Amino acid sequence: MPDTVTKIVLKNNNTAVEEQGVTFIINPYDEWYALVRAIELKEAGIATDVHLITVGRAVTEPVIRKALALGGDEAVRIDAESNDPYEVASYIAEYAKGAGYGLVLCGKESIDYHNGSVGPMLAELLDQDFIGFASSIAIEGRQAVVKREIEGGEETDTCAMPLVISCQKGVAEARIPNMRGIMSARTKPLKVITPSAIPVLTSITAYEMPPVKAGVKLIAADNMDELVNLLHTEAKVI
Amino acid sequence: MSVIVLVEHSGGVVKKKSLEAVQYAAQIAKQLNTTATAVALGNISETEMRSLGCYGAKKVLHTDDARLDDLHARAYTRALVTAAKNEGAKVIITLHDNNGRAVAPRTAVQLKAGLVAGALSYPDLNQGFVIRKSVFSGKAFAFVNVLSDVKVIMLVANSFPVVKGEGSATVEKLDIAFEEKDFGIKVKEVSKLTGEISLADAELVVSGGRGMKGPENWGLIENLAKELGAATACSRPVADAHWRPHHEHVGQTGGTIRPNLYIAAGISGAIQHLAGVSGSKTIVVINKDPEAPFFKAATYGVVGDVMEVLPKLTEAVKKYKAQHH
Repeated sequence: MPDTVTKIVLKNNNTAVEEQGVTFIINPYDEWYALVRAIELKEAGIATDVHLITVGRAVTEPVIRKALALGGDEAVRIDAESNDPYEVASYIAEYAKGAGYGLVLCGKESIDYHNGSVGPMLAELLDQDFIGFASSIAIEGRQAVVKREIEGGEETDTCAMPLVISCQKGVAEARIPNMRGIMSARTKPLKVITPSAIPVLTSITAYEMPPVKAGVKLIAADNMDELVNLLHTEAKVI
Repeated sequence: MSVIVLVEHSGGVVKKKSLEAVQYAAQIAKQLNTTATAVALGNISETEMRSLGCYGAKKVLHTDDARLDDLHARAYTRALVTAAKNEGAKVIITLHDNNGRAVAPRTAVQLKAGLVAGALSYPDLNQGFVIRKSVFSGKAFAFVNVLSDVKVIMLVANSFPVVKGEGSATVEKLDIAFEEKDFGIKVKEVSKLTGEISLADAELVVSGGRGMKGPENWGLIENLAKELGAATACSRPVADAHWRPHHEHVGQTGGTIRPNLYIAAGISGAIQHLAGVSGSKTIVVINKDPEAPFFKAATYGVVGDVMEVLPKLTEAVKKYKAQHH
């Protein structure tokens, strides 16, 4: 997806986002938390193999190699457009059913479309449990012990594996690939899978840029009564 | 073919954001010439459920099972799917919050329904079933057309003002054939941050950045927040330096919030931070650097030292409260 500092430009009469000149990155929640935690579980001898799965066309391969440079044994690219979350979840479920994974980790949401829906949909398709917004994941025997964010606090859940967990800050510390990782990533297997067709349930018809702000109203630092007055009478927020 | 809406409650009291969801469902039902049916789970009184009629619900389907007082996504999904099938519902609505986000995607899979995560508008039926949502961390909006017969929509709270009307909903029991696997996740421990206002639901937020110089100065943020009845938040460098807990971090890689008022003290306004707060209705920026990019996104700006401005603002709020209460 586009790098976090990308300036979004629309094209084709606002029906598409300009991709020329945009740097594409791994979704930060996937890279920093889900992938690193998976690598840690392998390093700790808890996971035997770490597979990276993505849905996308061949243009995504440099990004997949970058992910492999951080760790993981092999990558799977499901050769399809990744539009609707149901499509993406269905493609992954089709592959994951055969692979029999003990644990699927994903980011809490993508930073482009913010659906956060592939994880729970995948769990539903695999007839598994899903824990969202995890801030810590431990594996005890055949059981996952997961801290997750709830309204106004935190909850610790336990659940038997296999299951799907979505990760956010706290699960792991982001890593930078080292030279050995970058070298070995070049030779790691990257499988390309052609998925079965999935019905299209949603489509994006157009985009719109946010309205231009009216411009800031400056208030003198020694006149906070005026600010409070404006918040009450003009903005009507207090 | 009513519109179904999942209602969340806390200790038997329906959450304000769920009243908004009920009102949203009732409005969509009106667009589709049908009625809205709410689904309430767990321990909640008949009176509380009937009062959902004031927000447009015609009927409330209720299942009283103590296990449903906690979020069990698969059990909630079964409840919504059962209700949707009983009612022949074509539209199912939840909130776009941690609970809705665990339940709605599963429900969509079961009903083979297209999903809109993070709805900000009513559907435009002239174009199909088109709903506006925020994309690219608030840098743009997308219009999503739901092509399937059944639709599942997750509404972003605080998108519409809640207006209480007249009316009383009828309450019916919803029979659900739960399975053991619906309760597979066991809650071991809950730690609520007592006395604090939950950031995700807060209408007013006071937030601090690197310009606060260090955690020892956070009293200035907390005092203002307390005076306003606001939640506190922070920028990423502040959370990374452990001046504040991670759950307070708002921005592209932290939480996304859209309160009525966001006060940013000593935050320069990097594009990643703006991404998390740009949905705020009113933004006040306090920064000693008049060139700080955040001023471009602000409604009101104060150029000054946060150490001096925050106590003055707190005093001014105190004075205002004394006059108005």
